[in-house]
Amino acid sequence: MSDAELSPDEVRHVARLARIALEDAEVEAQRAQLARILGHMAELDAVDVEGVEPTFHAVTEAPLRRDEVRPAEASREALLEAAPREVEGGFAVPQVMEGDT
Amino acid sequence: MSAGRWLDAGVVGAADAVAAGAVTAEALVGEALGRLRSDPHNAVLHVDGEAALEAAQQVDAARAAGEALGPLAGVPVALKDNLCQRGTPTTCASRLLEGWVAPYDAHVVERLRAAGAMLVAKTNMDEFAMGSSNETSAFGPVKNPWDPARAPGGSSGGSAAAVAARLVPGALGSDTGGSVRQPAAFCGLFALKPTYGRVSRYGLVAFASSLDQVGPFARSARDGARLFAAIAGRDGRDATSADAPSADWEGACARGVEGLRVGVPRALLEGASAGVRARIDAALEALKDAGATLVDVTLPHAKHGVSVYYLVAPAEASSNLARFDGVRYGLRVEEGGGLDAMYEATRARFGPEVKRRILLGTYALSAGYYDAYYLRAQKVRTLIRRDYDAAFEACDVVATPTAPTVAFPLGERTDDPLTMYLSDVYTLPASLAGLPAISTPAGLSEGLPTGLQLVGRAFDEATLFAAAGALEKAFGPLPSPVPAGPGEHAGEEGAS
Repeated sequence: MSDAELSPDEVRHVARLARIALEDAEVEAQRAQLARILGHMAELDAVDVEGVEPTFHAVTEAPLRRDEVRPAEASREALLEAAPREVEGGFAVPQVMEGDT
Repeated sequence: MSAGRWLDAGVVGAADAVAAGAVTAEALVGEALGRLRSDPHNAVLHVDGEAALEAAQQVDAARAAGEALGPLAGVPVALKDNLCQRGTPTTCASRLLEGWVAPYDAHVVERLRAAGAMLVAKTNMDEFAMGSSNETSAFGPVKNPWDPARAPGGSSGGSAAAVAARLVPGALGSDTGGSVRQPAAFCGLFALKPTYGRVSRYGLVAFASSLDQVGPFARSARDGARLFAAIAGRDGRDATSADAPSADWEGACARGVEGLRVGVPRALLEGASAGVRARIDAALEALKDAGATLVDVTLPHAKHGVSVYYLVAPAEASSNLARFDGVRYGLRVEEGGGLDAMYEATRARFGPEVKRRILLGTYALSAGYYDAYYLRAQKVRTLIRRDYDAAFEACDVVATPTAPTVAFPLGERTDDPLTMYLSDVYTLPASLAGLPAISTPAGLSEGLPTGLQLVGRAFDEATLFAAAGALEKAFGPLPSPVPAGPGEHAGEEGAS
């Protein structure tokens, strides 16, 4: 089984989509492993799937609905306690828009 | 008789002893805490001593007052560290969740508490349950109690090692592609991956939502059945929770296998090592001697399970793990810059295997590759499911090894992810089809445990328990990989 073609730029692009910062050494290490893994997966190309429906989920029945009662939930305070940074009862994040003040 | 001896008596043995007044819950918990705190295998990430002792005192008080006790009253149980337990750290063995304290209980944790179980510890695991050796943990690998130079399996390696080393009589793990079954095989235990939907996923940190199930580890099928009965059942907080009737799973363990048709996919067995194959042949002969019939079956698409799983599970993981973004909980890394820079710097702290899976999943779902990889994998998943449907026309359970080899040496496969993935070949197909599967001890090969995997029809866990019970009866218990606790002695049996 030969490796799939995968360039360092493609790895950087996917990492960007996944919002993961990769160092240059990591890009090459991941590229080599992913190319090998994807190369193995090329074996699926030989399987005849003509007319076969996908199985997105093992459960084929309609999902159950819970009773129309409000479940006991963790309090707002308890949830905010876990926040890395909290401001006025909300989750604070760094600046979103470039150039905003 | 001392508490240590009762702790070694297993889940049912310990529960019976507490109910009979042979030992107090407090003494049992105290003994378990002592063992957990001196664990040499790195199986344990957090010990919850105070809360567990308090819960034990409540059990002892309830017994003294003549109140009815739950089926797990006083029994120390460990939880894989991806199960939320209110007020307790839940890290998924990741830097991203280090220090996070769960604000609520998982459904299975609520159910264990209701059954009287003592929640004593959280166990080590592969980071976010991604691994087959417990080596991707941010807190170091777990050592196999049978040979500390070898992997305990993964991803629930800490739970398996804790039960094998007799720190606790039972534990919960989670299984997405084999993560309770393979460590059970490597550590000489019983484990069950329930039918998808049998056990609520509420409060289980999500990895691959169409595959994840919580399952028990124990040293016998009956002990596993006691734990399974406590955690199974409908829960409105998980939309995929099934409304399936329960069964007498403990009773099933003694039912025998007279007339049971065991399907054997001979071609698949060729992939196992000679030592494992010899033990599987012996297990199949033992089932035959106990009254079962062996039937040849074929699962022609099972060999594609590795490719299908390692597209589907990472795709789901890439979505599920998007929540670890440094905003609401867990680690945040800010190195200057705006929101995107914060996301990227925070998520750079995932370990290499978690990064690999997120990248793989993101790639498989990205424009231009979705049809070729993700959609094609889901179609082959249908073919794998149909193989089982066809096999179950001719048999009641499908038997294979749980893993192709015995426990491999730590470090042997960490630089070779594809080889690590390929070692999951036997457990992945049942996960993709949502079917229940057990691993039950098939004896030792060169001094290390092997596991027989049996896959059953959806919601027919009872038949799996019957087969595991019959095999235990034929083979007898495995020796213990660890010496008896200080001052303990062998030769005493059962509660009376």
